[in-house]
Amino acid sequence: MTLPRPVVLLAAIAPFAVFIVLAIALAFGLKNDPAALPSVLVGKPAPIFALGPVRANDSGFSTADITGKVAVINVFGSWCSACRLEHPMLMDLAAQGVTIHGIDWKDDPADGAAWLARFGDPYARVGNDQSGRLALDLGVSGAPETFIIDKAGRIRYKLVGPITPERWRDEMAPLIAQLEAGQ
Amino acid sequence: MIAEVGRFCLILALIITSLQVVAGLWGARRQNAQLLAVANSAAVAQFIFIALAFALLVWLFVVSDFSVMVVAANSATIKPMFYKITSTWGNHEGSMLLWVLILAFFGAAIGVLGRTMPAPFKARVLGIQGLISLGFLAFIIFTSSPFARLFPVPVEGAGFNPLLQDPGLAAHPPLLYLGYVGFSTAFSFAVAALIEGRTDTVWVRYARPWIIIAWICLTIGITLGSLWAYYELGWGGWWFWDPVENASLMPWLLGTALVHSALVVERRFALVRWTILLGILTFSMSLLGTFVVRSGILTSVHAFAVDPARGAFILVLLVLATGGGLALYAIRSPALGAGRVFSLVSREGSLVLNNILLVTITGTVFLGTFYPLLIDLLTEDKISVGAPFYAMTFVPMAAPLLLVMVIGPMLSWRRDSGQGLTMRLAPALFVGFAVLVLVAAGTHGAKAIAALWLAMAAWIVVGSLMILVRRTRLGQVSAAESVTLLKALPPATFGLVLAHAGIGLLVAGLAGGALFKQEGVAMLGAGQSVPFVGRMLTLVGVRPGREANYEFVRGRIEIRRGTGKPGLLFPERRFYPERQSETTEAGVRVTPLGNLYVALGDQAEDGRWTVRYYSHPLAIWIWLVGGVMALGGGVALFDRRNWLAPERQPAQAVQTPGSMPA
Repeated sequence: MTLPRPVVLLAAIAPFAVFIVLAIALAFGLKNDPAALPSVLVGKPAPIFALGPVRANDSGFSTADITGKVAVINVFGSWCSACRLEHPMLMDLAAQGVTIHGIDWKDDPADGAAWLARFGDPYARVGNDQSGRLALDLGVSGAPETFIIDKAGRIRYKLVGPITPERWRDEMAPLIAQLEAGQ
Repeated sequence: MIAEVGRFCLILALIITSLQVVAGLWGARRQNAQLLAVANSAAVAQFIFIALAFALLVWLFVVSDFSVMVVAANSATIKPMFYKITSTWGNHEGSMLLWVLILAFFGAAIGVLGRTMPAPFKARVLGIQGLISLGFLAFIIFTSSPFARLFPVPVEGAGFNPLLQDPGLAAHPPLLYLGYVGFSTAFSFAVAALIEGRTDTVWVRYARPWIIIAWICLTIGITLGSLWAYYELGWGGWWFWDPVENASLMPWLLGTALVHSALVVERRFALVRWTILLGILTFSMSLLGTFVVRSGILTSVHAFAVDPARGAFILVLLVLATGGGLALYAIRSPALGAGRVFSLVSREGSLVLNNILLVTITGTVFLGTFYPLLIDLLTEDKISVGAPFYAMTFVPMAAPLLLVMVIGPMLSWRRDSGQGLTMRLAPALFVGFAVLVLVAAGTHGAKAIAALWLAMAAWIVVGSLMILVRRTRLGQVSAAESVTLLKALPPATFGLVLAHAGIGLLVAGLAGGALFKQEGVAMLGAGQSVPFVGRMLTLVGVRPGREANYEFVRGRIEIRRGTGKPGLLFPERRFYPERQSETTEAGVRVTPLGNLYVALGDQAEDGRWTVRYYSHPLAIWIWLVGGVMALGGGVALFDRRNWLAPERQPAQAVQTPGSMPA
């Protein structure tokens, strides 16, 4: 069991060397934001849709509502706890005059309406996607998710997870301003 | 005011810890007795101040002081008192405070209990332990202060994740942390040994009880976590290969390897360098687990609000600790003795095989956990690795391990002729084979794989008991003499038997589940019944109700078998208004032979309810195992040899401690 000297030295240094490689990988992993899930649909046209209403006496939400406009669409559900976390941010944005549309995903319209009545309603138009069909077409993997669609109806941005003030300030607001200016 | 006192305590602890590091490491170098005593006292004082800070935080939760941010975000006045207290560690800041509290606890315990340790060595251990504390205290104070204030003060708190409102889960993080953090001792002892260039078994001797304590706590912690998953998540699974679960499994696997290799160092003075490396790596896995959970690098973005700054901080700590430890290992280990020679067929040989297998398995779990991250880095694809990967890799490596764990203890140290080995193992072989034949015949060969695993389970349980037979020479000498031998056996032997037999029960539970598991689903109106595994399940009714902080619908399910008295189960669905979320509480009837597990689903428009029911044979064994194995560890802890100064040095280790430049 007595090993030759070079083997001993190699065995001594190997753990450290392997660790350094791993640590570098982890550091990159940390930089790699798990929320920035690139959608294959970014840059592609948004699907055509017509969703039923969530709120009483409302006409729902359809492609016609956003045609020719820059639109922010937020996917939520009354069952989703992270949406509850995101909700104050949406209320703030709505109060600042930002137009946000909502997709009530995999949710009973009555539950969605009760949720909006209870916590406040930040949405200009909101439609119910109980079957999850539109969300599927949009490539939604969970709630909340937010999309920005340009005037030509193409998906330009997708955010997985709650909107944070930083993300809004650094990424979303500039993009919207740029799209509004009509590139 | 209380919050400010708490913050002050933490800052004091940070200062005291700096003192502990300097006094410990520098004092040991200078052989200064006064400095060594300072390190000791500092370790105790550090614990006292962190404990005080923790107690204050608990108090803030008890009185629902919503001017403190973590309380406002994680508690609510309507919450039951028990869960107010447990929410102290149900959040990032509080759980990190618990983390350092436990770290400081181990430091203080070594300071107080390690009286027989050579003073400079003990001071170095405390110095290293203090270095780790220093990093994490700084982490808490600078990035995750639990005492940060909130203004304006909200009237009501924002609640608490209802999934976490569960007594099992309340105990789960503290136990898991006791295990995780307990392995810091392995790290500190190993690094201290490297600094001293110790080529004797002293460090292992002193580290062993702490490693065993950590191992026991981690075993129980993992068991509780899996039990919680079983009855809370609503479909009867008990292990999900989720990154967070894996993060706790990896230190357990390496810790298990460490317990075994430490044995070889201690008894036979072999695997010296390897054991030091394992000590460093085991705690690195704990740090990695903390990093994974706290950085959110692998968890779903939908579950936690992720803060990359925190992740970066822990990564830096991980790099400093592990990188520092491994660098030291690279420099110092070649000078350590290679240890004694042993033949491949020997107790040592089997333990080497054990270590190779355990480390490889850990590597597999590591790969499965981090592979998605790697793929993400290289190709920007998001993938996840699930149960099939582990079924393909974990299982084939576990099988040889299960064979070795019975054969190993039957071998002699150093060299074993292998003669008569079959005779020594005959009963285990016989029972295993009998089980194989019986089960295969009973199922008409349809479940060959599961039958094989059940046979393996029998082999392990019987084989573990055979250790007792062999050590007491039962059958070879008179019964009275065997009893005398039994009484003379060290507790460690009983620990070995219990821990190994526990693994056998685990395998039985797994195989039984795979072999005989049945499930069904039915739409039931009140009064309707469905037959299941020879019983009749009747939905007597479903009634809604309300508790302090949730609303529920509770099903009443009658289980009738023959004409006997019917059993009752009450599966529930809970709705927590503060969080707008729902949880499932399954109704489980537990018997030694199997569990009947019933979960209540949705109500259809016609008023009927979806009822899902499962039969999980031998399921309870899976969790009993945690208890049996932990008990084994506990018994081994009472071994006198753990608590005495080493009485003799192995011949090759005559070099005096500290003879290397330190």
